[in-house]
This record gives sequence, C-alpha cells and structure tokens, in this order.
Amino acid sequence: MTPARFAYARPTTLEEALGILARGGEEAAPLAGGQSLMPMMAMRVARPALLVDLNRVAGLDAIALEGGVLRIGAMARHAAVLAHPLVAAEAPLLPRALEEVAHPAIRNRGTLGGSLALADPAAELPACMVALDATIVLASAGGERRVPAADFFQGLYATARRSDELLLRVEIPRAAGWTPWFAEVARRRGDYALAGLAVMARCTAGRIVEARLGFCGVEAAPRRLPAVEAALVAGEDAASRLPALLEPLGSAEAPAGYRLHLAQVLLRRATEALHAAA
Amino acid sequence: MLPPDEPLAEIACTVNGRRVAGRAPLRQTLVEWLRTELGLTGSHVGCAHGVCGACHIRLDGAVVRGCLVLAVQADGSAVETIEAATGPEVAALREAFVAHAGLQCGFCTPGMILQAAELLQREPSPSREAIRDHLSGNYCRCTGYHQIVDAVASAAAALQSGGVEGA
Repeated sequence: MTPARFAYARPTTLEEALGILARGGEEAAPLAGGQSLMPMMAMRVARPALLVDLNRVAGLDAIALEGGVLRIGAMARHAAVLAHPLVAAEAPLLPRALEEVAHPAIRNRGTLGGSLALADPAAELPACMVALDATIVLASAGGERRVPAADFFQGLYATARRSDELLLRVEIPRAAGWTPWFAEVARRRGDYALAGLAVMARCTAGRIVEARLGFCGVEAAPRRLPAVEAALVAGEDAASRLPALLEPLGSAEAPAGYRLHLAQVLLRRATEALHAAA
Repeated sequence: MLPPDEPLAEIACTVNGRRVAGRAPLRQTLVEWLRTELGLTGSHVGCAHGVCGACHIRLDGAVVRGCLVLAVQADGSAVETIEAATGPEVAALREAFVAHAGLQCGFCTPGMILQAAELLQREPSPSREAIRDHLSGNYCRCTGYHQIVDAVASAAAALQSGGVEGA
C-alpha cells in the first residue's frame, strides 16, 4: 500500500501553483484533499510523477455571496461547505447532498474542487452542480476560463479541465423560489451511490414551472435531460422517458437495468415530493 | 520497508503539544510516520486506503484519516493522537467504552473514540441514529456495533449530567 515514487511541490500562491503545474505537464497531479487520489496512489491506480499540493495555497477556500452569486472556493472542505450558513441559505441542495458524501473524517479533509475535478461518476457534487446550473471557474498561467457545469463533466473521470489548469471556484446563481431535492440509493451509509438524483424545481401556484436535474451513479457523467425536465413541467410521467434517454453504467454490483430502475424510482419520488411542496 | 535511497522530506510540526522536527520518506503516510518514527502506535493502520477509520488522528483540530495524509503534509501543523487526546468527551468515552464493552480486540477503538468525541463536541445529545451515522466510516469487526453505540450514548448522558471525572 505504498505509492509509487513521486516528486512533491507545495506552492503557497496560485501563481506559483499554476507555474509548477504548467511545467509538470500530464505527469503532474494537483493534490487537494487527497481523499480519492491518495487511495488511488496507494493502490497504484494513479502514479503521478509530481504531486502539486494545494493545501497551502492561500485564498482558495472562501465562501461568499457576491453580486447575487454564491462563490465557493475549490479548496473549501466538504465539512465547511456543509456547515456554512450562506450555503444553507443560497444553495440548500448542497448540504442535503453533502450529508451523503462519505463519512465525517473524509468530509473534514475532502474538497469541493477535488470532487468536481475527479468527476467520479457516482459522486454527488457533480450532479448537484449540473442541477444548480453552476459555473466552474478554471485558472491557468494564461488566465481564467469559465465553463458551465453541464459542459464541464464529459465522461468517466473526464472533465473540461486541461492539465495546466486548476479549479478556482464554482459560482452558483441565486435560486429564490426554487425547491431543492436530493436522494440516493447506496448499499451502506456513506458508500458511493448506486444511483442518485439532484433536482432543482421552480414552483408557482402549486405547479412546477421550471426544472433542472442531474443523476449520479447512473451514467458516465451527469448531464441535463431537457426532455425529462420538460415532462416534469408538463405534469407528465417523466420517469417513463428515462429508458429511451439514459445509458446506464453496468457493474457486477449494479447492472445497467438495476441502475435504470433506481433512476426511475428516484425521479418518481422527486416528482411526488416536489408536487407536494409546490 | 522502503529502499535506502528513498527521497526524504523535512518535517517540523507539533505532535501532542511537543515540537517535533524530523524527516520522513516523501511517500510515507502521516500515520506510518507517527508509528515508526515517533513510536506513537495508538493510531492503527487497518486498510491503508481510507476505508476503515482505524488510523484517525486530529490534524489542526479536525479528525482525519491518517493514512490519506502524507507525513510531509503535517509540516507546520498541529497533530494530536489518541495517546494525548484530552477533554471531557474523550474522558467520558473512555469510561463508557469500558463499562459497555464497546470493544473486544481494541484495534478500532482509538479511531472510534476520536470520531465519537468530535460528534459529542458538536452535538451533546445525539440520537442513536446520529451516532451510527457519525461512526459509519469506522469499521469494527468484533462488536457488531451495538455496544459501541451504547457506549457513546452513555458517554453523552454522563456529560449532560455532569458525572464525568476530570470533565
């Protein structure tokens, strides 16, 4: 359980970190909370030649409301996001989902940016970012770049981040009048989801008038499903649309057909709860 | 054993309130360094990849997996292990784990105590469900967990009634 050898850099400023990362190329790996990268290195699934430790880079973990947008720094720990009053007020979907993310000791160390950059298909936070219509802000030595969450997640552990870029923060638009819903099915408390669903719905006069959703643990990456969202708004049976639209992952633990079944169950539960709350 | 030409990192940190300066192989985890270099064997290495919780330590006040932090990352930080963990919660938990037989082999106990103490600091009267939830990342292969939940609930009650020695 000892990782392969690596070189180690511990920058203290963003500029320094980006310079090291650019020189390191594809062989360099940013180290955020390390709650996934360290086990992957211990099992030698990951063998970066250079670890760029971001834990001493100042100013990457701020949580603030600016111009009607909630900004959460990439190095904000899960536990800090979970407990932050601004997050509870402006993006209550996140604390609801974070309760399902691993265990307390993992949440004390793991970071929002680390989870998004890894893009594990079963992780909760990428699906939340899609449902929240968040923007991912990336930085490289060349400047900043903004990518909508729906375009950021591109497949299994694949994102729009280039190897010379770091996640700076996410920006979440204010969602007054929107109702969040999140649930997942996992074998044990804290396990990765076999299937999970994040929904944001805007309700007026007892009806859903706008909806955004993202599944986790179902497909290779979370994505918007406009036809399903439209069915939710039209009051139609949205879950019956899923078999034709989803391409569920399969595994020995949870075959594709089972994940599709869970996705439909979760969407029916969400629909019922959101109509009751509307 | 790592090879003799292993690259080393300098570490200066506080461990259990004492200033410590030393070296660690770059790829050594914090829990391994605490055990082998400092002789603090109270934190255990179970799975060594972040699943079992036996290696829990406090790093700058937060309970973390000691196997998922590199020793070099503790440079400049304050580390606390079960050997020196103090405070009313730890005292109450220690008594309650004995009284309720919350352990058999004891391998998971240091991690359990640190994790449960964090819960009691935040939530003085947790429900049994909250206790199970908070300890969901700490594996015990002996007790079946019931006595552990009993012990944490009993420690919480003792703290609430002020009946803990040294609290």
